Amino acid sequence: MSATPSTAFEIAAAVRAGSVRAIDVLEAHLGRIAARETDIHAFNLVTADEARAAATRIDDMVAAGRDPGPLAGVPIALKDNMCTRGVPTTCSSRILEGWKPPYDATVVSRLAEMGAVSVGKTNLDEFAMGSSTENSAFGVTLNPRDTSRVAGGSSGGSAAAVAAAFAPVSLGSDTGGSIRQPAALCGVVGVKPTYGTVSRYGLVAFASSLDQIGPFSVDVRDSALILESISGHDALDSTSIPQGPLDLLSVLDHDVKGMRIGRITDMPEGADPDVLGRLEAAFDALRAAGATIVDVELPSLKYGLTAYYLIAPAEASSNLARYDGVRYGCRVDAVDTNSMYMATRAAGFGDEVKRRIMLGTYALSAGYYDAYYGKALKVRRLISDDFARAYGKADVLLTPTSPIPAFKVGEKADDPLSMYLCDVYTIPTNLAGHPAMSVPFGDSRDGLPIGVQVMASTLGEQPMFKVASALERHMNSSGVRS
Amino acid sequence: MPDTPSERISAAAVAKVARLARLDVSDDEITRMTGQLAGMLEHFADIDSLDLSDVAPMTQPYPLTNVFREDVVAPSLDRDEVLANAPAAEDGRFRVPPIIGLDG
Repeated sequence: MSATPSTAFEIAAAVRAGSVRAIDVLEAHLGRIAARETDIHAFNLVTADEARAAATRIDDMVAAGRDPGPLAGVPIALKDNMCTRGVPTTCSSRILEGWKPPYDATVVSRLAEMGAVSVGKTNLDEFAMGSSTENSAFGVTLNPRDTSRVAGGSSGGSAAAVAAAFAPVSLGSDTGGSIRQPAALCGVVGVKPTYGTVSRYGLVAFASSLDQIGPFSVDVRDSALILESISGHDALDSTSIPQGPLDLLSVLDHDVKGMRIGRITDMPEGADPDVLGRLEAAFDALRAAGATIVDVELPSLKYGLTAYYLIAPAEASSNLARYDGVRYGCRVDAVDTNSMYMATRAAGFGDEVKRRIMLGTYALSAGYYDAYYGKALKVRRLISDDFARAYGKADVLLTPTSPIPAFKVGEKADDPLSMYLCDVYTIPTNLAGHPAMSVPFGDSRDGLPIGVQVMASTLGEQPMFKVASALERHMNSSGVRS
Repeated sequence: MPDTPSERISAAAVAKVARLARLDVSDDEITRMTGQLAGMLEHFADIDSLDLSDVAPMTQPYPLTNVFREDVVAPSLDRDEVLANAPAAEDGRFRVPPIIGLDG
């Protein structure tokens, strides 16, 4: 037998062929979790018993000559804002502590049907609001590459789980960069697919016109595998695009010769020099591989942060109205329902969630709607139109994923606005509903991972994965990847 | 309309927004939030000067309209399982404090 498989692709192939048992793969991952989870805190909950039962069922199927599916025996970690039937789902908020969903999210049931084995629920910024996982009610997730630093956010637990090899793959959700930014900070691949390609049924809503589910993995191929597995129409999500699963694995080996790679000439400033250096290296690598670099202008991009931080909180203030102490989660008793709502929400939500509910309520309130929310929706249109023009000239665009590598725990905790600026390169994609992914592309001088963001137009996942795959090949052949 | 930049939001406005959002907030929290929200609104003033009169608002990224399905009977969530998650339940229903209360 060859070496123990480490990627999801290799694990599934080996388990289906009967050369490796799912339970042995699982135990290897649970062993790493046992050794290092107290130092990382990637998980809110590790479901070891349920995972062992699932892995044993997979092995029994293989023994009986049946195929458990394309993800046979692949351990996977799930962001704790995805509903898992009978298993606590907290959104890292006190207000949902103890809640056990009565149904599975569509992504959860699809993964199980394909033979994947869920190992647990990963930590996040409360209700996915944040860029460092410091807003979790249950403590911060630390970066496996340097535990004095954050793992990013909001899907910090899912990024850290893959970076620490607690699972080969995980799922996160991305509203303004919550998959791509932690992927960049932890040195793994993270993908936000086109809005509507992956069902959000059972994903706890933050900002409904922006939220998308996507994968984390060590290599590009595993993200393609997971995205193929979870994409495709779902009647339970009315924003789901009526089409089949994405076709991605077949394009990974294609070369990028003749592809047009866009460089944004008026990109928002403020990125670290090391980050800009790696971006230049990415352009060089693609040029050397036969691609053409073209200049594009997106003059409205610089207003993305403002549009996002008015639209996302406005939608959040509406979506989070449901946490009122009546049907689920915690309740603070009071003499009447209105006092009960106010006391429950004050006790159950953390500071950042309250801040965004307040900001969103203000932006939607009488007298301010036109000045803030209404205006933000128009700026969203300008950004979307800018992208449409840029994608007339370029197949994909390249930017940094995060303006800075992983920062120290506590460094930005008291300054919400400086935290928001971490999302400046990832936000525009969500406003436009486009796909984008972060690919690890070397380290900073301090040895911290740096990610390059590959962005594409609506349903442009194939060119995006082609370019991501070419960047990965370059890193593997240049031998500088740590 | 927004006030002048240095006074983009007042403590009284923050207290009103907290009531609209059904959040109990202390006086200290109102003071802190007023400063933080004012700082954000100051930053968000970058879009004030844009001429957006001819721009149509964009509410969602993908041009889907209402999605309809056949009205057929299908299983729904189990009532007992749903109520097991409630802070208080009685006779197959959610139990809440009096709706007409001291606050009016």
